[in-house]
Amino acid sequence: MSHQIEDTYDQFATEAARYGVGVTEVSPGKVSDAIVERIELPAVGIELPWEDATLPESVETEPTPADIEAAATGVTAASLAIADYGSIVLRSDTDGSEPVSLFNDLHIAVLDRADIVPDMEAAFEWFGDELRESRDSAIIATGPSATADMGALVQGAHGPKQVEVLVVS
Amino acid sequence: MSSQRESKADHIRHIMETEGDAVGDNTRGFNDGRYESVAKLEDYEGLKDEAREIKEDAIERLPELIDQVTETIEENGGTVYIADDEADANEYIAEVCAENDAERLVKSKSMTSEEIEVNEHLESRGVDVVETDLGEWVLQLAEEAPSHIVAPAIHKSRAEIAKLFNAYFEPAEELETAEELTMFARKQLGELIQDADVGMTGANFITADSGTMALVTSEGNARKTVAVPETQIAVAGVEKIVPTVEDLQPFIELIGRSGTGQDITSYISLLTPPLDSPTIDFDDPDTPIAGEDDREFHLVLIDNGRLAMREDEELKETLYCIRCSACSNTCANFQSVGGHAFGGETYSGGIATGWEAGVHGLDSAAEFNDLCTGCSRCVEACPVGIDIPWINTVVRDRINTDKEPNMEFLVDGLTPDTETSGPDLQKRLFGNFETLAQMGSAFAPISNWVAQAGPVKQLLERVAGVTDQRDLPAFQRTTLVDWFESRDRIPPIDPDRKVVLYADLYTNYMDVERGKAAVRALEALDVEVLVPSVSGAGRAPLSQGMIDTARTKAERVSDQLGPYVDEGYDVVVIEPSDLAMFRADYDRFLPDEEFEPLADNSYEILEYIYGLVANGADVDQLHVANGTETVAYHSHCQQRTMGLDEYSIEVLNRCGYDVTTSDVECCGMAGSFGYKEQYYELSMDVGSNLEGQLRDADADHVIASGTSCTDQIGDLLDEEPTHVVELIAPR
Repeated sequence: MSHQIEDTYDQFATEAARYGVGVTEVSPGKVSDAIVERIELPAVGIELPWEDATLPESVETEPTPADIEAAATGVTAASLAIADYGSIVLRSDTDGSEPVSLFNDLHIAVLDRADIVPDMEAAFEWFGDELRESRDSAIIATGPSATADMGALVQGAHGPKQVEVLVVS
Repeated sequence: MSSQRESKADHIRHIMETEGDAVGDNTRGFNDGRYESVAKLEDYEGLKDEAREIKEDAIERLPELIDQVTETIEENGGTVYIADDEADANEYIAEVCAENDAERLVKSKSMTSEEIEVNEHLESRGVDVVETDLGEWVLQLAEEAPSHIVAPAIHKSRAEIAKLFNAYFEPAEELETAEELTMFARKQLGELIQDADVGMTGANFITADSGTMALVTSEGNARKTVAVPETQIAVAGVEKIVPTVEDLQPFIELIGRSGTGQDITSYISLLTPPLDSPTIDFDDPDTPIAGEDDREFHLVLIDNGRLAMREDEELKETLYCIRCSACSNTCANFQSVGGHAFGGETYSGGIATGWEAGVHGLDSAAEFNDLCTGCSRCVEACPVGIDIPWINTVVRDRINTDKEPNMEFLVDGLTPDTETSGPDLQKRLFGNFETLAQMGSAFAPISNWVAQAGPVKQLLERVAGVTDQRDLPAFQRTTLVDWFESRDRIPPIDPDRKVVLYADLYTNYMDVERGKAAVRALEALDVEVLVPSVSGAGRAPLSQGMIDTARTKAERVSDQLGPYVDEGYDVVVIEPSDLAMFRADYDRFLPDEEFEPLADNSYEILEYIYGLVANGADVDQLHVANGTETVAYHSHCQQRTMGLDEYSIEVLNRCGYDVTTSDVECCGMAGSFGYKEQYYELSMDVGSNLEGQLRDADADHVIASGTSCTDQIGDLLDEEPTHVVELIAPR
């Protein structure tokens, strides 16, 4: 089983890299430092759902519309990752995780290593129960925002130009 | 040229000149991406079957699912409105805007909202509508219509977009690169989204169990469109409902791959509105956004002819369409002209014929329905396996039926079809090709001299729209059947196999040499061959939308070949388009007990030879390569769809030839299509890609599998290629 989890993590990291997404494994205590290394200020964020993983002081965790407009970085948790697509799942909530992950040029997502599922089928088994129960919303995000509408591939059409994933283990 | 045909030709020429290059580059890029992306799936066919089953079930249970989704969304706190038609939908949407005192509505891309023309309606009510998808926004500024259902502005080059932006906005510094254009658009649209009152999206799928809408996007504008304003409207056709969340999985895996060749698009939004996410009031910039908001959500489910399509056995399959654009990108004609020629009021590409006939009516479908040549390349590309050529044929038949019968004196004797009403003269001429071929052969060579003579060619062009740019097929006085009957040959006493070689119209009356070669090759491999006189397969009338006539032919062929099959003969077919009739189309015309034995026992000539060789027949009995001989091979479109091109390549390899294959989807001739004067230039444009590949191959032999391909390549290279079997048959 642990072997399978190893494969799943590697596959996720490899697939995400195809879209230019950096994936780094960190211990809970080092999450804050890892964010500081990557962040561009000003930054907005939503408190992480794990007790021992925290956001650095420099991240505004009760953002206003003005903060969102000004922010260069947004930091949120990801609820799930799909290994064979290199995708992360961003759940909407009343705190504002959705806009915080969307408006800035850099999105840093923090993911629990145990939440990487192997494929889309496993992801939709999870979605099925979750969405029927909670009636929540979520985004399957793969790489940065992109468009080819202007004659060549450009990243950051409306959403982030760069995505970094910190995998907590 | 008749004025109608002339204006059609002018329109196509204009589109090819102004938009052809951009459309061609983009669609071919998408199509190549599709092949690469689906090849990565472990079980592509299984996933397609699953997707198809879900759609079949959903459309079957649609009324029940509409009730369920309504209940679910109302339970979630949203509102569902079922709009009978465009006017009904627009009126409701305008009311929602009025109740919210909306001054601006921002939209993410939605073909269904194009179908109902909601922008025009809202603007007449004083609501500012802004398209936020970059391609759609470009078109809104340029006041143009989409040329593609997924990538609406593919007909515009970067330079054209830069020119448009620079003229429209007069920026301090001129915009030039794709990066500059994108960042400029992002900023402009970002500001417009910030003070929008209503956000409107379409929906790729809606689940009945949770009320979740799936939106397949890449830019992030759909996310902003729903995240910022308090009021959200989603516009979707009723056919978008699937039963459960789990049902989304195969579609999510297939839609990006099938369309633009992406394994997955950047964002799959799974929205269960009204959303939990707080609205962002940029007019109140300093209050933290977190907290519960009183969001409003309206799902407008559009019928607009769809429930009637569901009751229409032939059009029903259209409702399975997930609008991925695979049928556009894979289509050789679409690659040359795009949706501005190959499209109706709203929809474009192969499946658009079904959509337009269903939602806007036959007139809109009639505008472009001829551009589907039935090559069938879209069928395997379609993630839900819709028989798109059949839908085009049915609609063509209905368009024919809509017209008064054509009583032209010249052609009536030549056109003994069983149509009860009036396809136009051009269609009847080509649809009755069998009679033409019989008479042409009976009077050959005089008929050939006459047909190639100036006055007759001019008459054919003027009356029936047959282009004078091509040489007409030359009929042979001695048909294949005549030749075979007059042969002095004792059949083998103990043959390995017994074969009926089907003397299709082209082989029997015109391309007799390839028929003789087939007989020689089969006999060299110890097969007993018979070449009886059998009716035309019905491909010609079917391609003209003359379904009754095609059915009559199918019945005749079945009566004539059935007894041989019962006797244990295999049926070997040279013309791939006729084999496709036996194996697929006849399923619609014949009872199962007649269709199945014929379909199961029919083989393409090289498929059959491969089978013989693979089972021990001596390949050296064939004409093998002498040292290093190179071959440039173009397989036939329908042959590829049946998965049979590999056999030709393998037999050529075993005979020692070094083979290079073309990878264009179709040669562009497609039976009669390239002979029609209004489509001749398009046909040659499509062919130019094949020409380039064949010339680049610079091989000792150019060979092809279909009559149309052979004729087209002959015109492109000024040198008639031969059929595969002519190369490998003993001389």
